[in-house]
Amino acid sequence: MKEIVVISGKGGTGKTSIAAAFATLVGVQGVIADCDVDAADMHLLLKPSIELCEDFYSGEGAFIDPMECRNCGGCADVCRFDAIDFIGGRYVINPIACEGCGYCARVCRPKAIAMSPKISGQWYQSMSKHGAFMVHAKLGVGAENSGKLVAKVKKEAKTLALREEKAWMIVDGSPGIGCPVVSSLSGAHFVVLVTEPTPSGLHDLERVHAVVKRFGIPSGCIINKADLNEEMCARIKGFLEAEGISLLATIDFNPSFTKAMVMEQTILEYDDSSLHAPIQHAFQTIQHILQEKKQ
Amino acid sequence: MKIAIASGKGGTGKTTLSTNLATFLGETKRVVLADLDVEEPNSKLFIDAQILKTHDTFKMIPRWVSQACTQCAQCVEVCNYNALIHIANEILVFPNLCHSCYACSELCPTQALPMEPQKMGELTHWRSDWIDGVEGRLNIGEEQAVSLISQTKKYVEKYFGDDTVKIYDAPPGTSCPMVEAIKDVAFVILITEPTPFGLHDLKLAVETVRAVGKAFGVVINQHGIGNDAVLDYCRAEAIDIIAKIPHDRAVAMAYARGELAYRSVAGFKEALRDVVAFCEAKGLL
Amino acid sequence: MKIAFTAQGTTWDCMIEARFGRTDYLLLWDEEAQTLESFDNNEGKNEAHGAGPKMAKVLLDLKADVLITGNGPGENANAILGKSGVKMYVGAGDMRVKEAYEAYKAGKLPLF
Repeated sequence: MKEIVVISGKGGTGKTSIAAAFATLVGVQGVIADCDVDAADMHLLLKPSIELCEDFYSGEGAFIDPMECRNCGGCADVCRFDAIDFIGGRYVINPIACEGCGYCARVCRPKAIAMSPKISGQWYQSMSKHGAFMVHAKLGVGAENSGKLVAKVKKEAKTLALREEKAWMIVDGSPGIGCPVVSSLSGAHFVVLVTEPTPSGLHDLERVHAVVKRFGIPSGCIINKADLNEEMCARIKGFLEAEGISLLATIDFNPSFTKAMVMEQTILEYDDSSLHAPIQHAFQTIQHILQEKKQ
Repeated sequence: MKIAIASGKGGTGKTTLSTNLATFLGETKRVVLADLDVEEPNSKLFIDAQILKTHDTFKMIPRWVSQACTQCAQCVEVCNYNALIHIANEILVFPNLCHSCYACSELCPTQALPMEPQKMGELTHWRSDWIDGVEGRLNIGEEQAVSLISQTKKYVEKYFGDDTVKIYDAPPGTSCPMVEAIKDVAFVILITEPTPFGLHDLKLAVETVRAVGKAFGVVINQHGIGNDAVLDYCRAEAIDIIAKIPHDRAVAMAYARGELAYRSVAGFKEALRDVVAFCEAKGLL
Repeated sequence: MKIAFTAQGTTWDCMIEARFGRTDYLLLWDEEAQTLESFDNNEGKNEAHGAGPKMAKVLLDLKADVLITGNGPGENANAILGKSGVKMYVGAGDMRVKEAYEAYKAGKLPLF
């Protein structure tokens, strides 16, 4: 089983559309993991039917038991997050502001404050419209993403892939360069970096590649909307060459990219062959690199 | 007046709208653009600006004083973020895991962990021909965006009075940083695209803005590229559509070159006029 | 020499876990005593933040000389392990513990 993770430093580059196209390409031979839990959009293209749903807990939140509280206000004095309000003569925790540090619970003399695990969202095991297993998640409003939820999604997907003896695992990676993206890279055999030739595109590509490089995972790049700025595109290619990153494909700015999404299709399903070739070529190149590495 | 520009996900045109709108307004009014997307502050890339000043911003983290420490390791037990570790007679502090809650420091029986400022990012004040801008920029690897957003807002409030229109470029998403950026504005403009991804992320953003209790409206970017589902949703939810920015390759090309699109694309300028008219009617300008 | 493995189970035949901080188990092979011990990482795995440094501390407390894992630890854990002089070998993510040990002995695993 080979695991391919698709990432991009900034939003709006087409990362999810490309990951979903790879998922279409490998069909039932793949398991899909949507680790972009901040903006989990892959299900809109792959239309999974949910088979299993579980709550996910992350971090803690404080809760004041009004029966035990003696209104001394000691908790509000130590809270650095302004998360304890005095409303109607009572101290109350504001769950959105509470960061779960537990300081209030430690200083509360009557022991009226309890820390309990916070539900931060749900994770699902589903069957995509192609009949492939898919693991995805939804964060609650105001909840914070963490490496923990990403690790959970990946682990469930990997267990399925090994148990069902699938050849591929396709991962839509997390955005940014923090803990979630490190977590989505863990165990990957190949990383696909998606970028666009804009001032922020190259900047974010460099930052995210620095993370990938540390883990020594082979990587390739797809430049989307490549014809929007040829000079910037050339600079990106220069960066790829200097860093030993394979250029997997370039895709020109093409309204079909969005039209496919509107039809709730991946770009491989949509009837515009100019979008099919780059994806197929990219995937063949990845297979080739993985094969070479094996030998 | 403070107006925030926000979106449920990145890449929908938030920075494009805020830089263009701020500069367009700046032709006739005093305007400051605050870039609160502190993890990826990109607005300055699109504006020819001169930096007036830059200063470091700090967060408070504990510093271990070995002479005062009795190795009781209560601090490690107190920390809910695993930001402290006790190994081989040493207390190690991990600044990027620390939330500055002060518990370890204030509960230490021998005051061996005084809180001290550590650099977390930079605040830059710049000026173009038309507007002022203030940008918060978080250091790579630093995760506490909320504190820097709050410091950036404080700077704006201190140096710009009520006669200045304040445009906040909010971080994408629906988590704590976005909430921090919009919590004291008069109005939130949510920008989205007329696609299934756009609609899905808009719904999450609407849920968040409603939870915070803010007045808001929607600008549709790349109008014409997708379908009418966003329009139908807004109609059903009685949400104002402020403007529709037409889908035009010229806008994408201006963005790719790092230029303000309204100067060369007439349809874009039309949309900005709609935004201004809407804001005037609402008494926001 | 004490050699630690991040693993998905508790025996020589189970797979190496590619993750460091959120591994299921840590195995410790003591070459002198010829014992294989296992440590459940259920607690560390469930930390919202800082799972890496926590596991690094476990490794130090066990006085491991060598760590064999998949991807290698993140920045925070690395800061601790680097200080302690534990030798870290990576690239064993697709191997069984036994195979990983043999690969290490044969000098086939890269240093992190």
